[in-house]
Amino acid sequence: MKNSRNAIRIDLMLIADMIPPGARVLDVGCGEGVLLEYLGQFKQVDGRGIELSMAGVREAVRRGLSVIQGNADTDLKDYPSDSFDYVVLSQTLQATRSPRVVLEHLLRIGQYAIVSFPNFAYWKHRFHLLIKGRMPVTDSLPYQWWETPNIHFCTVRDFVTLCAEMGIIIEQALALDRKGRVQKLTPLGMGILTNTLAYQAVYQLKRK
Amino acid sequence: MQRSHHFPSVWGNEHKPEGWTVELGQEQPLLLDCGTAIGPFTIAYQTYGQLNASRSNAILICHALTGDQFVADPHPITGKDGWWNMLIGPGRVLDTDRFFLICSNVLGGCMGSTGPKEINPATDTPWALSFPIITIADMVRAQAMLLDYLGIWRLFCVIGGSMGAMQVLQWATSYPERVFAAVPIAGSYRHSAQNIAFHEVGRRAIMADPDWCSGHYLRHGKAPHRGLAVARMAAHITYLSEAALHRRFGRTLHNRSQVTYGFDADFQVESYLRYQGSTFVDRFDANSYLYITRAMDYFDLTVEQGGVLANAFRGTKTRFCVVSFTSDWLFPTSESRAIVHALNAVAANVSFVEIETDKGHDAFLLDEPEFHTTLTGFLEGAAAEHRDLLRCRGP
Repeated sequence: MKNSRNAIRIDLMLIADMIPPGARVLDVGCGEGVLLEYLGQFKQVDGRGIELSMAGVREAVRRGLSVIQGNADTDLKDYPSDSFDYVVLSQTLQATRSPRVVLEHLLRIGQYAIVSFPNFAYWKHRFHLLIKGRMPVTDSLPYQWWETPNIHFCTVRDFVTLCAEMGIIIEQALALDRKGRVQKLTPLGMGILTNTLAYQAVYQLKRK
Repeated sequence: MQRSHHFPSVWGNEHKPEGWTVELGQEQPLLLDCGTAIGPFTIAYQTYGQLNASRSNAILICHALTGDQFVADPHPITGKDGWWNMLIGPGRVLDTDRFFLICSNVLGGCMGSTGPKEINPATDTPWALSFPIITIADMVRAQAMLLDYLGIWRLFCVIGGSMGAMQVLQWATSYPERVFAAVPIAGSYRHSAQNIAFHEVGRRAIMADPDWCSGHYLRHGKAPHRGLAVARMAAHITYLSEAALHRRFGRTLHNRSQVTYGFDADFQVESYLRYQGSTFVDRFDANSYLYITRAMDYFDLTVEQGGVLANAFRGTKTRFCVVSFTSDWLFPTSESRAIVHALNAVAANVSFVEIETDKGHDAFLLDEPEFHTTLTGFLEGAAAEHRDLLRCRGP
């Protein structure tokens, strides 16, 4: 089945819009390859993927995509430096063992990295903790604490702070609210309101 | 190049169940890795489907240790279905309406290609142990000569499991510009110590059979059937898995209600293995078994690369699809993963799928729907990237 422009998740759409036609793209944690398929179709991108779940890999390869079964924490080291224009890590950073090391690899392998993640400081998450005294379980974080693959949550602020520490340049920053409305973040993205209303964040990063 | 005037009238003809043979290396013998030159020599091969006008739709199928060119024909000796019957045919994974499939019996084999059981023209007796030692690279050189003869320069795909996967990887490194896509299945870039050990058990079993006659059994009108059967029994265990054996046989007794306190085949698994051994000897030559297992033992793609596998693939444009099976302990997933890591290290185009199954190494020969849909998807994707094949689908 062909994708239409409306058929993919809004955060994937934001990522796709950051990638120029014909780019070489590595999608880390590509799932069944929805983004790669879209990029191949609409942007003639030379795309590769890594996916942890075998079911995802099988589906992606079945779709004719170049995807390997692998792990962001252990397998990125095998990729040569500067082998891709863009390395995408969508909704996966919080599930890695060493997010900082993974970020380093993304920007070693690619000229640009595009990272999206759920914002732990989203007001609903705060509400869960503050009022209910429970770990948040929401649409974007659907797991109980004892079963979640998400072991390294961060907030928009945390992420921006880490980028600054690592000397990473933020080229673009977008926030998505619960209704999928997009808001451009200031390069620092530090505003209290942003950090509270952003449900997800998408960052385009570049090496210094 | 001796291409066009040799062009055989294969394409467009009816499929020939008994296959084809060709004599190669008449003008220029094949120089083997061991230093000996061999030629002329015979290669027996089989084809399915038709070569397109641009000669761009050829898929080379590489068979495993005891496989042969009869991929989708009844076996001429046993009458059993071809070993990849379910993959081949119109609309199947290897679609004969679309692709031209070639499979040749390996050099050193015993199904029509020159090997130790054939007559050495220099002595007018079977080669036996005077046959030169061959390697996987030699097998591939012979296949390349076959393709030259068929007038096929570039393969759309090379595909094979087990020893076939070794040939696929050898193709991709020896003739990268002739391979558009490569599918090594349940294989490795080098034969492991454990696998060499199992092969050695098989070879010693053959050589311990008095009917082996130091390799000259044909001259004496004998055959080391007992030794070869034991070799096959030992090897057959390695192709399965504990879970598969347990599911199929457990500790079930064979045609009896209690153990006999003797050494008959009390257990079904024993009787099964004995049967596997006894039927194998009818279709396979013992000396061929020695030579081909040796070729696998010597296989190590890193040797000429200073120990770094990635160097073997540097600059490759080939699209790879590496496949392994979870319960395969003969060529475990870790070996396939090492190939994938090496390909990643040179930014090659690679897909990698590990298929979940409890059927062990043999899974690549069995009905594994996930495996088959994966192959179909990969070939579709590769064909879509291939200009000629895209074009010939046409309006």
